[in-house]
Amino acid sequence: MNFIQLFTKYAPTFNEALILTLQLTLVSLVCASILGIIFGMFSIAKNKVLNIISSIYIDIIRGTPLIVQVFIMYYGVGMSILKPVFNISWNELGGVFTAGAIALSLNAGAYMAEIVRGGIESVDKGQMEAARSLGLTYGKAMRKVILPQAIRTMLPSIINQFIISLKDTSLISVIGIRELTMNAKMISANESAAVLTVYIIAAVYYLIICTILSKVAKVLERRMSYGK
Amino acid sequence: MENKVIVKGLVKNFGKLEVLKGMDVEVKDGEVVCLIGPSGSGKSTFLRCLNRLESITGGQVIIDGYDITDKNTDINKVRENIGMVFQHFNLFPHKTVMENITMAPVELKKMTQEQADGVGASLLRDVGLAEKADVYPAQLSGGQKQRVAIARALAMHPDIMLFDEPTSALDPEMVGEVLNVMKTLAKQGMTMVVVTHEMGFAREVADRIIFMDGGYIVEEGTPEEVLGNPKEERTINFLNQVL
Repeated sequence: MNFIQLFTKYAPTFNEALILTLQLTLVSLVCASILGIIFGMFSIAKNKVLNIISSIYIDIIRGTPLIVQVFIMYYGVGMSILKPVFNISWNELGGVFTAGAIALSLNAGAYMAEIVRGGIESVDKGQMEAARSLGLTYGKAMRKVILPQAIRTMLPSIINQFIISLKDTSLISVIGIRELTMNAKMISANESAAVLTVYIIAAVYYLIICTILSKVAKVLERRMSYGK
Repeated sequence: MENKVIVKGLVKNFGKLEVLKGMDVEVKDGEVVCLIGPSGSGKSTFLRCLNRLESITGGQVIIDGYDITDKNTDINKVRENIGMVFQHFNLFPHKTVMENITMAPVELKKMTQEQADGVGASLLRDVGLAEKADVYPAQLSGGQKQRVAIARALAMHPDIMLFDEPTSALDPEMVGEVLNVMKTLAKQGMTMVVVTHEMGFAREVADRIIFMDGGYIVEEGTPEEVLGNPKEERTINFLNQVL
């Protein structure tokens, strides 16, 4: 079988796997962005307790491999917390997808928190003072003055994190979710003569999405520049 | 006349460093007070305590009848009535000149967007920048930026204006245009507290000059008294250096 034949034969499974990969990425990124904003705010807060909570979270996630986090979430939490404490299994909560999405969200959330912190700290502190001196509350000053400026500095790093998270979904294959990588692995089991081709197809899928993401980032960046 | 600002025994520490060592100041309605003194004397810190941009370590500060050292006072409400102009302008770079001016009045529901646009346009005319409404701050010169910053503060209709070395970051040829706007404001009866190194401005516009050094008020009085006939040795030395 040549490349075209192989691709035509397996395209439907790859497309299905692609959708799963994209869903996993999207859900994780939405959750990670929320976590990132919350813990990013925690880390710049005046309250020491919040600072410590955020730094513990970030240190744990950054100091351990994603694959171990996935195992802990799926097997560890599944068997030692969900089953004995709540008498429930991952299957009733949406299965491997949920477990994988939570692990990935928590992972990307920590990196996003660092990006958010860096972005906010990059804004001159006179901006906050000017906004507060007009009578704006801390929250309003954040939303109207600080965050819009911080986003601009954060954008390249955020897109970079999106790309990393997209590729990290491949690690979720270890708990048996049939996303792009798992799909390629399963096909190659039947097509031992075409293992290279099968994995290359998977690689091309990843490459295309990542390239699109970086292009979108470039356009956004250009749109968000003002008055220069 | 009613006192707009009453400061009693104001103390400010940064960690172990005592920056303000007990200041007593009163500013009357419509009065223009200039704070002068060597750098590090605590002038800016004093000014920033008046709208609590700096936390207050001790003493009492009463603005417009509100005790801002009292924890139950809504500082944001009080700040709406205190305009502040900064040395480095601190315009919002992601907003146009007009948006810089209208954001706070609209956000704080003092005006609708239409009303705020009207007020903004008239303020921009007052500071001579009517044609700059739609440009971003990055496209303005320093003097223009500071004039927009003054318009932004005035858009909230404050009762008091605080100026923190408003001309210190400007090229010399732009100092005049900013001082002129401030002079007009003073003539209109605005209560102003100005930290400045511009002795000419202080002499011409101030009702009262306060000379500070080392966290204390060393000498205060009319411009003629403080600048023309200083009594304290530290004031004399300082004036000899700057004049």
